[in-house]
Amino acid sequence: MLSPHQVVEKDYLEHRYMLLEIAAYLDRYDAALQRTGEVPVGTPAKLKLLDQALAVLRAPASEKGRTYDLLELFAK
Amino acid sequence: MQIIQPHYHAIARTAQDYERMAMSGVVAVAEPAFWAGFDRRYPETFIDYFRQISEFEPTRAAQYGIRHFCWVAVNPKEAENVELTNEVLKHFPEFFAKPTCLGVGETGLHKATKNECDSLQAHVELAMKHNQLVLIHTPHLADKAHGTKKVLEVLAGLNVDPQRIWIDHVEEQTIGPCLDAGYWVGFTLYPITKCSPRRAVDMIEKYGSERLLVNSSADWGPSDPFTLQQCIMEFRSRGHTVQEAIEVFHNNPCRFLGQNPKFDIQPIRIEVDAPVSV
Repeated sequence: MLSPHQVVEKDYLEHRYMLLEIAAYLDRYDAALQRTGEVPVGTPAKLKLLDQALAVLRAPASEKGRTYDLLELFAK
Repeated sequence: MQIIQPHYHAIARTAQDYERMAMSGVVAVAEPAFWAGFDRRYPETFIDYFRQISEFEPTRAAQYGIRHFCWVAVNPKEAENVELTNEVLKHFPEFFAKPTCLGVGETGLHKATKNECDSLQAHVELAMKHNQLVLIHTPHLADKAHGTKKVLEVLAGLNVDPQRIWIDHVEEQTIGPCLDAGYWVGFTLYPITKCSPRRAVDMIEKYGSERLLVNSSADWGPSDPFTLQQCIMEFRSRGHTVQEAIEVFHNNPCRFLGQNPKFDIQPIRIEVDAPVSV
């Protein structure tokens, strides 16, 4: 099994990459709004879910763990 | 669709890559000199490496109907060995005379040390003196923004034609200043860790397709030459036409690399036959 330090080092770049993908996804949405001139009625539900998911990641882990909490969130 | 891989390290890849690339429409690759994974000690090691990419690799690629071109350089990671760098630079002109060598690359910066900056300057000056194209590596990850700024500073102090210089591995943070200064830029697409096919298409949509090249990652590390085809799929899935894809993934490499007459592949324009009247 890995040490805490090994966990961080082993997969850091991959998770940095995933965060950049999320940032690019949100930028793509903003760019599409700007390009089309479309005015959305509020934030789309799926983007709201992602925003709530990011809040879950920022908060201290629950007893069941962040992954469990996210799956619960996405199951709603 | 015909595709050009403008940045491909063939010596680190198997023949199966060539076969699959040929099956997917790749008609040409260009191979910059790069780091071997360890610092080389002898000028002769570089000279044999340059012989490999300028003499042998074109024959391997030709078995699959793919044209192979190359570049010569001392990698920035090895620039701390000043004596070695200077000795290898003396041999560049004999490779500039090879029928498939397009210029100097990939030179550039890794940690942006003084020796690296001196080496970059010497590489670019030699290229300009011999009327060669230049391919510049910019650092990855945390060093990218600072390193790219330093590359632009070094170039600004030299008498160069920006149209003949390609600054590679740009990302959202660095593409703007490189294009604004008149250089060509390149995206390098990795399966994970660095720029992705989706982000590359985002940047094409934001900045337009002029003076822009897209390369896959193809080296001895975690990389995948078919990230280029993934990028084409992503580009097409967003509604861009085949001709627009050809402009980015075939014609732009022709436009930049074709500034060296040795690269004689011409841009393609799709023509549709007029309907036959009955």
